[in-house]
Amino acid sequence: MFRNHVLVCGGTGCASGNSQQILEEFDKRIKEAGLEKEVKVIMTGCFGLCANGPVVVVYPEGAFYQRITPSDVKEIVDEHIVKGRIVTKLLYKEKDESKKIKALNDTAFYKNQHRVALRNCGLIDPENIDEYIAKDGYQALIKCYTELTPQGVIDIIKESGLRGRGGGGFPTGLKWQFAKNAEGDKKFVCCNADEGDPGAFMDRSVLEGDPHAVIEAMTIAGYAIGSDQGYIYVRAEYPIAVKRLQIAIKQAKEYGLLGKNILGLGHNFDLEIRLGAGAFVCGEETALMASIEGRRGEPRPRPPFPAVKGLFGKPTLLNNVETYANIPQIILNGAAWFASMGTEKSKGTKVFALGGKITNTGLVEIPMGTSLRTVIEEIGGGIPNGKKFKAAQTGGPSGGCIPASHLDTPIDYDNLIKIGSMMGSGGLIVMDEDNCMVDIAKFFLEFTKDESCGKCTPCRIGTTRLLEYLEKITEGKATMQDLEDMEELCYYIKDNALCGLGQTAPNPVLSTLMYFKDEYVAHVKDKKCPAGVCKALLQYYITENCKGCTLCAKKCPVGAISGKVKERHAIDTDKCIKCGVCMDVCKFNAVIKK
Amino acid sequence: MKTIEEINAIKEKMQKVLNTRESQGENDIRIVVGMATCGIAAGARPVLNAFVEEAARRNLKNVKVTQSGCLGMCKYEPMAQVYVPGKEVITYVRLNEEMARKIIAEHIVNGNVVAGYTLDLE
Repeated sequence: MFRNHVLVCGGTGCASGNSQQILEEFDKRIKEAGLEKEVKVIMTGCFGLCANGPVVVVYPEGAFYQRITPSDVKEIVDEHIVKGRIVTKLLYKEKDESKKIKALNDTAFYKNQHRVALRNCGLIDPENIDEYIAKDGYQALIKCYTELTPQGVIDIIKESGLRGRGGGGFPTGLKWQFAKNAEGDKKFVCCNADEGDPGAFMDRSVLEGDPHAVIEAMTIAGYAIGSDQGYIYVRAEYPIAVKRLQIAIKQAKEYGLLGKNILGLGHNFDLEIRLGAGAFVCGEETALMASIEGRRGEPRPRPPFPAVKGLFGKPTLLNNVETYANIPQIILNGAAWFASMGTEKSKGTKVFALGGKITNTGLVEIPMGTSLRTVIEEIGGGIPNGKKFKAAQTGGPSGGCIPASHLDTPIDYDNLIKIGSMMGSGGLIVMDEDNCMVDIAKFFLEFTKDESCGKCTPCRIGTTRLLEYLEKITEGKATMQDLEDMEELCYYIKDNALCGLGQTAPNPVLSTLMYFKDEYVAHVKDKKCPAGVCKALLQYYITENCKGCTLCAKKCPVGAISGKVKERHAIDTDKCIKCGVCMDVCKFNAVIKK
Repeated sequence: MKTIEEINAIKEKMQKVLNTRESQGENDIRIVVGMATCGIAAGARPVLNAFVEEAARRNLKNVKVTQSGCLGMCKYEPMAQVYVPGKEVITYVRLNEEMARKIIAEHIVNGNVVAGYTLDLE
């Protein structure tokens, strides 16, 4: 029996902060202290507080150590593990709080969260099936086999009110019913793990932290719709997720939880991984299936829907990773339990990847209906450096920006659409007063233009033309007529593109136009960028605060700054390339841009 | 291939291991063992492990065995303090493994403070 458990975060964020080396250092130091039989060291999935990574938690005290380097390990082992003295200087601290020792669940970051899909992330070793089993793993599958008919399973999912977590929000139970009702000698269960939105990493974290939950749910889906073969389509850019999935599938096969005659109860279900090459369009269901089949990842018109004619022309059920991660819990705890969380039409919880101008960058799971304000100010810890909130972007390149006036809107599928954005897969990017909204729209259009597969003209040509309008605006060359034409083009693309990628591509433009039209007008009429981002519309000046220290003149890469020692300097605007180095190096705040 | 019974057996066995990672509830009983240099020198480590093993063997989910630094009375080491919610803190002194197991059985399970093991300052 182990008296201490040391949990080292092995999510991608902490892994890039060298957590593998930290794990090895713990193993080494604990061995040196002769404690390897008393202390268990494991690598887990994401804890969620990526901003403070690499993260290490030591139980039973629940001490939450943050920003750990391999050189801190010796101190934690010598002090905490050997002598029982928590190393307070390395503990996680909350803003405005002197008290450092905090149980995980008491921190504002975790207190307002409710973890269903992420319940095992950061708690179990994802590479050990026994730990998943200890947390009721595969009990839902056993319940389905022994107590429920396939239709009974689908009825529970329907009653729970679960909706697809990939973005569209289609009722999951209904999707399962369509797939069950479809006639076919062979059916497939697919998992969409091709998470492509910039700034989104929810699905990756579930796969890295709790891969068996997805495997169990897909097996349940196989039982419910009558399928014996599943595919997980996952990005090759997620090497840790892929590796843990491979290990998990191997372990499940060894335990007879995948393969022929599962648990000796007669159901056959096998699972294979297919790697995506990182094309955004492959997250679209018909393109994804084309890619699994080995063809070029291009969408096709629907109907026929995948439930009728999907992978290899057979009825196919396709759900997103997070949707699947909810399934075992719904089966175990019942539809009423799940439906008790959330709002009238959006039940349960949703995972969001918090990013941008926010203190606690990371992964959070909240009940539907939580306000954006709670997410940003309490869980997210607010905006750093005392800046003012400007907008939150949800739904990635398909979504829109939510301004401060809608901060108190309860987050659910329908409310977000009402205010001109969408749930999307769950990326949430926070922007402050230093962000230019035209520039943000341009960023997303650059993305969709690059990722357009080119099959249909409205998307291929439309996104290109739309981006050209935005470039014109940010360069100060656009007219008010261009603004009108641009908006018309947006609606044209929306109505005519073949698949979701094109149909939603204009959303970032439309929603910024809706809430921040004054910024567009400032770019067009006044030739100014109010946030000071668009380079073509900026000039750098040196004010009378200049002490003549000559530092800026020395650092300027193009020699555009002149002036004598101890005298006010000046910038030659013709030579200036607006790199901003002078502003960064000035110690007297004498350089301004306007 | 495993049967349902085998899966359930793994579940039961592993739950005991993972219980250490449950966050502490308000009603949890805490056993805090002094593990400073003085405690370790007097043999606190096997005592700590005996507490952990006995609690797990009896599947006591609401008992958390943790360590602390020096309790300040080094001559009484190995020492342990037992915190039962709503009750007075009991300090046990000069412990060995057998005494640790007895404390779990008598004090934690049956609710009787083990006389004779406690700190008695004249």
